[in-house]
Amino acid sequence: MSSIAVSTTINGDDVEFLCRADETLLDVLRNRLGLLGAKEGCGTGDCGACSTIVDGRVVCSCLVLGAEAEGRTIETIEGMANGSELHPLQAKFIEHAALQCGICTPGFLIAAKALLDVNPEPTEEEIRYWLAGNLCRCTGYDKIVRAVQDAALEMRGERA
Amino acid sequence: MSFDAAFQNQNFKSVGTRPLRPDGVDKVTGRARYGADFNMPGQLVARVLRSPHAHARIVAIDTARAAAVKGVKAVITAADLPDLSNGDKALFNILDNCMARTKAMYDGHAVAAVAAIDEKAAKQAMKLIDVEYEVLPHVVDVDAATEPDAPILNDAVFTTGIDPAPTTASNVANRSEFGHGDVEAGFADADVIVERSYRTEQTHQGYIEPHACVASCNPDGTADLWVCTQGHFVFRQNCADLLGLEVSKLRVTSSEIGGGFGGKTHVWAEPVALALSRKAGRPVKLVMSRDEVFRASGPTSATSIDVKIGATKDGKITAATATLRYSNGPYADIWAELGAMTSFACYDLKNVKTVGFEVLVNRPKVAAYRAPSAPMAAFAVESAIDELAQKIGMDALDLRIRNAASEGTRSSYGPVYGPIGIGPTLEAAQAHPHMTAPLGTNQGRGMACGFWFNFGGQTCTDLNVNADGTVTLAVGTVDVGGSRASLSLVAAEELGIDYQDVKAVVADTGTLGYNDMTDGSRGTFSSSMATISAARNAIAVMRQRAALTWDIPVEDVYWEDGHAKAAGAKYGNLAPLSVKEIAAESGNTGGPIAGHSELVADGAGVSFATHICDVEVDPETGATSVIRYTVIQDAGKAVHPAYVEGQYQGGAAQGIGWALNEEYIYGEDGRLQNPGFLDYRIPVCSDLPMIDTQILEIPNPNHPYGVRGVGETSIVPPLAAIANAVSNAVGVRMSHIPMSPPRILAALSRQKGE
Ligand code: FES
Ligand code: FES
Repeated sequence: MSSIAVSTTINGDDVEFLCRADETLLDVLRNRLGLLGAKEGCGTGDCGACSTIVDGRVVCSCLVLGAEAEGRTIETIEGMANGSELHPLQAKFIEHAALQCGICTPGFLIAAKALLDVNPEPTEEEIRYWLAGNLCRCTGYDKIVRAVQDAALEMRGERA
Repeated sequence: MSFDAAFQNQNFKSVGTRPLRPDGVDKVTGRARYGADFNMPGQLVARVLRSPHAHARIVAIDTARAAAVKGVKAVITAADLPDLSNGDKALFNILDNCMARTKAMYDGHAVAAVAAIDEKAAKQAMKLIDVEYEVLPHVVDVDAATEPDAPILNDAVFTTGIDPAPTTASNVANRSEFGHGDVEAGFADADVIVERSYRTEQTHQGYIEPHACVASCNPDGTADLWVCTQGHFVFRQNCADLLGLEVSKLRVTSSEIGGGFGGKTHVWAEPVALALSRKAGRPVKLVMSRDEVFRASGPTSATSIDVKIGATKDGKITAATATLRYSNGPYADIWAELGAMTSFACYDLKNVKTVGFEVLVNRPKVAAYRAPSAPMAAFAVESAIDELAQKIGMDALDLRIRNAASEGTRSSYGPVYGPIGIGPTLEAAQAHPHMTAPLGTNQGRGMACGFWFNFGGQTCTDLNVNADGTVTLAVGTVDVGGSRASLSLVAAEELGIDYQDVKAVVADTGTLGYNDMTDGSRGTFSSSMATISAARNAIAVMRQRAALTWDIPVEDVYWEDGHAKAAGAKYGNLAPLSVKEIAAESGNTGGPIAGHSELVADGAGVSFATHICDVEVDPETGATSVIRYTVIQDAGKAVHPAYVEGQYQGGAAQGIGWALNEEYIYGEDGRLQNPGFLDYRIPVCSDLPMIDTQILEIPNPNHPYGVRGVGETSIVPPLAAIANAVSNAVGVRMSHIPMSPPRILAALSRQKGE
């Protein structure tokens, strides 16, 4: 089977890769580009562990084909921190103990970032429904919701 | 050096604080490496062929066509994993579960595996493995399996634990019994008796990370395994036994683990990956799909439980019995036994008897799931207790307080309790504002108690004091949810140094002595004990070094606040030496400074919890939502309270999913119909409220800091707490878990029909 050449932007960098027609974006990120931060929890769009942002929208990268990345702008967990400075969401997740095993964490951070990008002041209910596509089996979500609320507060500059 | 594990009260400086976890940055940046994030040069991709039948004899397997596929490097069947169990039944069962030998025992049972250069070749080869099955009658239901005409799974299984020994094969593998007193006399003394039967369906641990490993059998007879596991030393032993390796030849490294909850205490795919690697002569990566995780790894038991409890009018329980049937999958284990032991552990009972039956069914081999077997037993008992309170006309909380076990109580499973937390958690519940908050229409409040033993076990820890005075702590218990932070706190506390100066790592099997699994809530309990012991040994070395530096007898050097100090007025002008100062001189005073510890952590203090929950039931749809939830649990001593709260919340959330929604659904054909997160729906963020927690600290007398295990008890009460809340909300008593909308609707319409 011949490969498809794809040009895309990942975390601000121009990236080119070859992939087969049946490879998912998640496969490409993990197996071809060495970006292992997105996880495969199910491969069927049900867990959100593979969440990435494509052209500003959160997607399950296990449901996107690698070839569909052509010409798009992709954000992954590896691009979330600014150098060695953590994004407020990342810092708040650690501070609030919003991760136990941490396998779901990259997906939650990506989804939460996409939420705060469009809605800087979400209610608890909005956070809960926005994050309903991400499964966490460890935390019961309590500390995740609090971390997102606190990060939103900080990003709005309402508290240092 | 003898180690005194007795509790000593003290003012903690580090323990009880909430510092940032050491692995936090790796985990929020995507750098942490989990099971599937490791790769080796030249590695092959493995796939496992699984039985589509619930029960079938394997007449023949022909792998020739698959092996001929371009890019396929190895195809294996049971023949490539010869039986080395040598009469060890438990080991044989592990082997048979990893790769079916003569019969496939459940839908999803592995029958063959391939390793190929890529996914495509592996998948193609899978289609070309020819398996000839003779399909056999199957049974998946725990009660149906005990019927006289049920198909027998294993002709060699005769019920043990009954006298006289039976002469015909049975699906009931074992009978166990616990209790004391005279229950018949006790029931005769009762004014009120409640007698009910309950069922719970099979659920999965639901870790988000599927099982994954990379195995490499090397030409020199050694082997390496990188794997997500709760116990790499146990995995090493199992894999070495199954493959005929000496344990020293197999090095197992535990990756970061993406959830386990008991499900990653068993080998499933690792021996298969090693066998493939051995045959192919190349490293092999095996990652289970979610479908495979559901069909072929770790669910908990489905159960059928009968409970009878009698009490006097004033609320004293006079007798209690329970009969518990737990499905085990195809291999006998001790799941019903654990249920029988835990059933009445919360109460002080004069007359009590529990009987457990291990039932074999054509479902996947049951694995531990967080306080394994206790939630189902607690569901039955705590539901019956609530009903008993109603019948007597007594508050359910008062009834529990009246009968709660306390220090000196002989537990229903045998031992006499030391200081325990059941009474205090109940009293805290009574005082909690949640208990008196107003409720709306179709809302109800329920409560329930739970118990778990907690395990200790074999533990080995190394503490190295580096030349700059920082400390590296190497532990052998896998960090499933923040234990590196907790253990760093303990090392800092004991040495009297800053948390920031301790770095805890999980060592592989080649660099540390044997450690039992991280299971039974033992991780922080046992490894903190070993860490304290190792730190005390390191302190002994540092005292010697200080003595040497000062040229005074070591007996005159004591340790306080992170410093060696000279005792007595005669040394008045000797300034205390800090860890950093002693470490800096270590090259001149005898070399590296380390403390080692190997011990069996005995005396894991038992753990109790009381949960309160409010639900709202929609009478139109039968859907139940949890609107408020409070967990009160004894931690002994909360080392890192944020992660203790996390354990309380996580267990409650899993219990809520179990109570309301999660279940394995089998078709008539014995095949699992919902092996995915779409149809096996675990709670999502919008399903749950905040989960309030209250940590009680009743010190465990057998741990220097009073620590008890905290990981598991939180999943025990929710099933019953929610069932009791539903009963209080809409007046129907649910005896079948999960309380899914159709089941609640059916109960509501039955109630209307009456
Ligand atoms: S792996 Fe993509 S949603 Fe689960
Ligand atoms: S922290 Fe383990 S799944 Fe979320």
